[in-house]
Parts: sequence; structure tokens; C-alpha cells
Amino acid sequence: MSDHIQQAAETIKKKFKAEVSMFRDQVTLQFDKVHILEVCQILRDDFSFGVLTDETVVDYWQRKEPRFQIVYQLHSREHDARIFLRTPVAEDDSSTLSVVPLYPNANWYEREIWDLFGIRFEGHPDLRRLLLPKGYEGHPLRKDVPIKVEETRFSFNYDDIDLGKPRAEE
Amino acid sequence: MPIHYEVTSVTLDEIKDLVSDRAITGETMLINMGPQHPSTHGVLRLLLEIDGETIISCLPDVGFLHTGIEKSMEGKTYQQVEVMTDRIDYLNTVGNNLAYCLAVEKLVELDVPPRAQTIRVILAELQRIASHLIWLATQALDLAAQSVFLYCFRERELILDIFELVSGQRMMTTYIRPGGLWRELPPEFEDAVRSFIGMFPKRIQMYEDLLTKNPLFVDRTKGIGVISGEEAVRWGMTGPSLRGSGIDYDIRKVSPYSGYEEYDFDVPLGEYGDVFSRYIIRIQEMRESVRIIQQGLDKLPGGPIRSDNRKFVPPPRSDLGTSMEALIHHFKLWTEGYNAPEGAVYLPVSSPRGELGVYLESDGGPKPYRVHWRTPSYGNLQAMPILAKGHLVADLIAIIGSIDIVLGDIDR
Repeated sequence: MSDHIQQAAETIKKKFKAEVSMFRDQVTLQFDKVHILEVCQILRDDFSFGVLTDETVVDYWQRKEPRFQIVYQLHSREHDARIFLRTPVAEDDSSTLSVVPLYPNANWYEREIWDLFGIRFEGHPDLRRLLLPKGYEGHPLRKDVPIKVEETRFSFNYDDIDLGKPRAEE
Repeated sequence: MPIHYEVTSVTLDEIKDLVSDRAITGETMLINMGPQHPSTHGVLRLLLEIDGETIISCLPDVGFLHTGIEKSMEGKTYQQVEVMTDRIDYLNTVGNNLAYCLAVEKLVELDVPPRAQTIRVILAELQRIASHLIWLATQALDLAAQSVFLYCFRERELILDIFELVSGQRMMTTYIRPGGLWRELPPEFEDAVRSFIGMFPKRIQMYEDLLTKNPLFVDRTKGIGVISGEEAVRWGMTGPSLRGSGIDYDIRKVSPYSGYEEYDFDVPLGEYGDVFSRYIIRIQEMRESVRIIQQGLDKLPGGPIRSDNRKFVPPPRSDLGTSMEALIHHFKLWTEGYNAPEGAVYLPVSSPRGELGVYLESDGGPKPYRVHWRTPSYGNLQAMPILAKGHLVADLIAIIGSIDIVLGDIDR
């Protein structure tokens, strides 16, 4: 852990009771979702983490409570340092604060998360679906949506599988 | 069960905050460009608000190529996932394999022998040239320079022949595997690559002769689609599109992987952040790639091409007949796969388009729990509305070409 990341982690840990963990030289800070904007502000302005490289979600359905964790990845070009932030989001209150005011490129990442995981971002300027068509029901990257695998067709089950295939409406 | 959704168009109500007030009153016009437009480089739809010929705002609409590949990857073992990585960015197949393999290697802590690392670098740089050739071909074609298109595809074919030579496949190679490579290089490889890099610098010169000082090309690229370095960073642009604005940032230099720190090469930087700067940078990058390949071939070390950690890397086929242990490992690896330790890693590499990162989370089982691809085109396209603002519709075509997007990369 470089001094720069250490200092940043210490500051966030003290101020927001963040848990600091390290895996394969990557530092992750986990804290409550209400602090996300303040944490990003401090990291961006005081520790030069000026770029939001990535934002994504991991769904721990039936494994962990709260169910979702949003993973932010900040990058500092000056120090070539990367830091990961994790904020848990519960299923029954699946919304969190948008970081678009601080990092404008979070716009599409958050739209994608809303689209595929169904987590709402408060303060997002344009929360429409990004990848899936408008009017699509559900959020397919959630773990409770099964991965569909088509069975191998043999002569004995050919018709059964054929019946289940989606068709264009007449 | 069939998926139910209604296909509806975007209503003005939904996007009223994104367009100017004049669009609501009907003073400016909203038109649709794509998804079936030859110069959008794939299936990209742009909703343009235009005042005469001038673009007031530009709203990209993506997702036409969405395959849910991240979800599919969750259902496959680590070896099976690799085959799908080629399909994400179909012009950077070797680079995708490399990013994925490096991420898996970081997750399970595998070492890669030096020979494999050097071959990886050579192939990744050949892929970079091939990708830049497609970019140059289509960019030139969009600006009505037809002969460059044909020349570029001619040279790209030679690179694809080299890929076919090493892996049996022209595009979807899956040649790089976690822990090393699939198999040893064929003996013809070195000659094929040497003859390519011997000829290629002259060809780059030829493209430059056709374009760099051509007034038809220069007029349509200089001063078009300007973005400042600061803005580009803020909007998450990476790769040549970022370096065109003068920001010196290349993953190969700042956090080298696969032994890039041992090669001597420069990162070309632009000055003005316009379409022409991005063009010059990619041309220069092809020259630098040739230098890297040259150095790689000169120092190509001998030795194994795969790690011998049998918990993760399958034994050579020839051992199966004689070694009981090899047979067990082979069976175990190809049926059950291997368990990766619990944790999450992120690994960025420098793809021809920018920072390509793989976020890989493991729950301790043989399948990745979550795979996320941080793709360069996604960030670059997001910044495009800023580039396009105030330009003519005809210039938009040059701008789309200059950020070098691949829609498979964006939609995943």
C-alpha cells in the first residue's frame, strides 16, 4: 500500500467508520451508502482521485445482507493509484445517491446499473434504461434471474424444446 | 418463456431535459441517425437536435448489440469464460484474452514464463496494428478516401494470417490462456512476423502520403471535435482519444503488465485534441507497435510457454498417455475447473481503444461470481456529445470515426 492510498484510507476510516480491506494489493473501503458523496468529494479534492474508472454492482442474493454492493473505482493519475469503494444497498430500499455531480461519466454507469440491477440513483439527471429496450420488465443481471441454457436437442425431446422457443407474434 | 416488452419510441417528454427549449417549440429539429447508418461503425443510434445543419445536442442510444455476456460468464467456469472474451471487442480479440487471463492470473496468483509473456506482447501489438488499420480504413472511407480503405484491409489480412498460423483462427483466437499460451508457436511464425514488420513502415508512409497533407482530408479533420485534456479526463476518455488532447496516460507505461517495462517505445501525444490529432496519434502508435514487435522478436526467450502449476494449468497432451497424475489433473481441470480464492480483482490493460479493465469477483468456487468489463469505447462514446456540439452533421461522421468505437465493446 503506497503512502498516498494509506493516507486516504486512514482519513476515510476515521471520518466515516469505513472498513479497510486489502486483496492482491487493491485497497477497498466499505462504508455506509449515505456517505458516498462526501467520501468522493474528499478523495477527489484532497487526494486527487479525479477519475471514476468504473462503477458496478455485485449482487449477493441469499448470501449476504444487505443484498447489493456498489463498487466504485477511483483513479488518481498523479499518483497512479487506484482505490475501491463499496457501499452496501439493501433490497427493500434499493436506491442510493448518484455521484454524477462529482464525476459526470458516472451517468452511463448508473444508467446501466439501473437497467441491469434495478438500483435507483437519487439525483441522477437522466435515469432511463441504457442497454435494454424501453418497456422491458425486470433487471436481468440480478442473481435471482436464472441463466437460461438451451437443452441439447435430440430426436426424443425435439418437439418439447421447439414448443418453448420464442416466436414472432402472428 | 418468451420475454415480454413493448417496443416504443422515445417520447419528447422523457428527453426534455436533455434537449434545448427550442426543440420543444419545434424551432429546431430532432432527427434520428442510425442504428442502420453506414458511418456509425456498428449499430449506434444517435438522436440529433439540429438547427439547420448545426448540431445543438446529440444523444447516443446504445444497446442494440447487448448480449448479456457478463451474465453468461457467471454461468461458466474460468476456462469456458475465456472463449467468450473474444466476442466482446471483436477488433481486439487478443487484447481481450490478455486482459482476462491477466485478471485470472492475478486472482489465483499464477506466474507466466517469460517466453509466453513476450509472445503475448508481440501478438497484442499485432492486434493493435490490425485494430488501428480497421479504424484508419473506416475513418478514411467516411471521409471519402476509398483507396486507403482497400490498402488497410489488405495489410490487416496479413496480420490475420499470422493469427491463423499461431492459433488456427483468424479472429477469435483464444490463444492466450491463463498461465501462458495454448501451444508452442509454429516455426514459420518468426519469418512471417519479420516480413510483415519489414514491409509495414513503408505502408504506413503510404497511408500518410495519401492523407496527412491531403487538403480534402485535412480540411475535414483539423479543428473538428475538439476536447480539452481536462474535459476528456473528467468524462473518462482513455487511449488515443485522450492522448490526442495531450494527456500522457498509457497503461503500458504507468502500470506495465506482461513485461512492457522492458520495451523501449514512446507514447505519442497530440496537441489540439481534434480529429486530426487523434489521427496522427494512431498512425504514430502503429509505428511504435512495430518497434515493440521488433524488440520482442529479437529477445524472444526460450523455455516453456505455460506455467507448470498443475492446479490451474492443464498438463501437455503428450503427458496424458504416460502419467497418471497428468491424467487426473487433466480430467479435473476440464470437468470441474479450478477454485479461485474468494476476493475481487481489477486488471486494466491498454487496448487499442483505451483502458480495458476486467473486474473479476470470485466466491471461492470454479465459476466467477461476477465479471464486469470496463470497456474503453463506453467511456469514449459517453464524451461524444461534447465533441459533436456545434459542428455540422457531416463533421459528426468524422468525429464518430475519430473516437474509434466498437459497439460490441459498448453493449457487451
